[in-house]
Amino acid sequence: MGPITLLYELPQWMNLGIAFVIGIGFGFALEQAGFSSSRKLAGMFYGYDTTVLKVFFTAAIVALAGSQLLSYFGLLNLNLVYVNPYYINATLVGGVIMGAGFIMGGFCPGTGISALSIGKIDALFFLVGGLVGAFLFAETYPMIQTLASANYEGPLRIDEWLGLSPGMFTFILILAAVGLFWLAELAEKRFLRPDITSEI
Amino acid sequence: MKRKRYMDPYLAGIILGLVLLAAMFFSGRGLGASGGLKYAVVAAVGAVDNEHAMKSSYYSKYFENGENPLKNWLALEVLGMFLGGFLSGALSGRLKLKIEKSPKISNSKRLLFAFLGGVFFVYGAQLARGCTSGAALSGMAVLSVAGFMTMIAIFGSAYLFAWFFRKLWI
Repeated sequence: MGPITLLYELPQWMNLGIAFVIGIGFGFALEQAGFSSSRKLAGMFYGYDTTVLKVFFTAAIVALAGSQLLSYFGLLNLNLVYVNPYYINATLVGGVIMGAGFIMGGFCPGTGISALSIGKIDALFFLVGGLVGAFLFAETYPMIQTLASANYEGPLRIDEWLGLSPGMFTFILILAAVGLFWLAELAEKRFLRPDITSEI
Repeated sequence: MKRKRYMDPYLAGIILGLVLLAAMFFSGRGLGASGGLKYAVVAAVGAVDNEHAMKSSYYSKYFENGENPLKNWLALEVLGMFLGGFLSGALSGRLKLKIEKSPKISNSKRLLFAFLGGVFFVYGAQLARGCTSGAALSGMAVLSVAGFMTMIAIFGSAYLFAWFFRKLWI
């Protein structure tokens, strides 16, 4: 029964070892998907390559449906799995700042790590910038603390918020994803850029 | 070695989803990336200016348990990411030092905007308590409203700003 490390009180070195192995899988999957290429990632915002949407939604749905199945068969206690807390202002303002960073830098932190691991020098600059960003946040924290903690809603779940069962919401999300995949395939034909996609 | 094509995106998505499911099943948490960078900064500030770190309301909470901030789940996971990415690149013949950019811009322009993008992205991720991995993807997998809102905010904002930065990419 999971979560293993929470229920069986494994020693710290084992917990950290699991983190390392999961990290290997995470880095491997991102690189195989092509997330080590900034021009492939940026294609999402100009239509010529929509890999980001396909990988992101497929992964979210596999983990979501998989965890619900494990829970249904009594193999995973979902009440012990971390649910991100919702601070309305911080989430929205932070998200908008991240989006600006995404289109300027061409990476997010995870994909930047993936790109640096195969030798992309632009990813090195992105991650050094990321370290500076984390440092700036820590140093400016007293000034933005109010914004960071405003309108706290707790670890709110979307199925509760909408008054649906988790299974029903998952089903709707799968339908929405299929619709988005269809749009994504259309966009790749409409905004075709063979000069870019053949290079990456 | 011959450079291989990228994996089919839906197959790569399934593998990524299974990795995320493994994190939930073994460790009761999702994946993360920007948090790993934060712990690196916290550890560096603690080593360079310990007095400042202990006085700061922000840094001091990471030293409360008396352990090195790098002895942490996210820090180890991010280390693993470098190895996993390297192995994937080696298997597919993609290991190469290069600056990837549009032919229309100079190397220095690409590197400057990569750096600025990193500053913005991780600053925003600290504010939102997670990036595309830790907040958006992992959050959506546990149905958290924060996860869905982060995803909408990141992608909505990137589409909004895409026109202004189009010369960097197309």
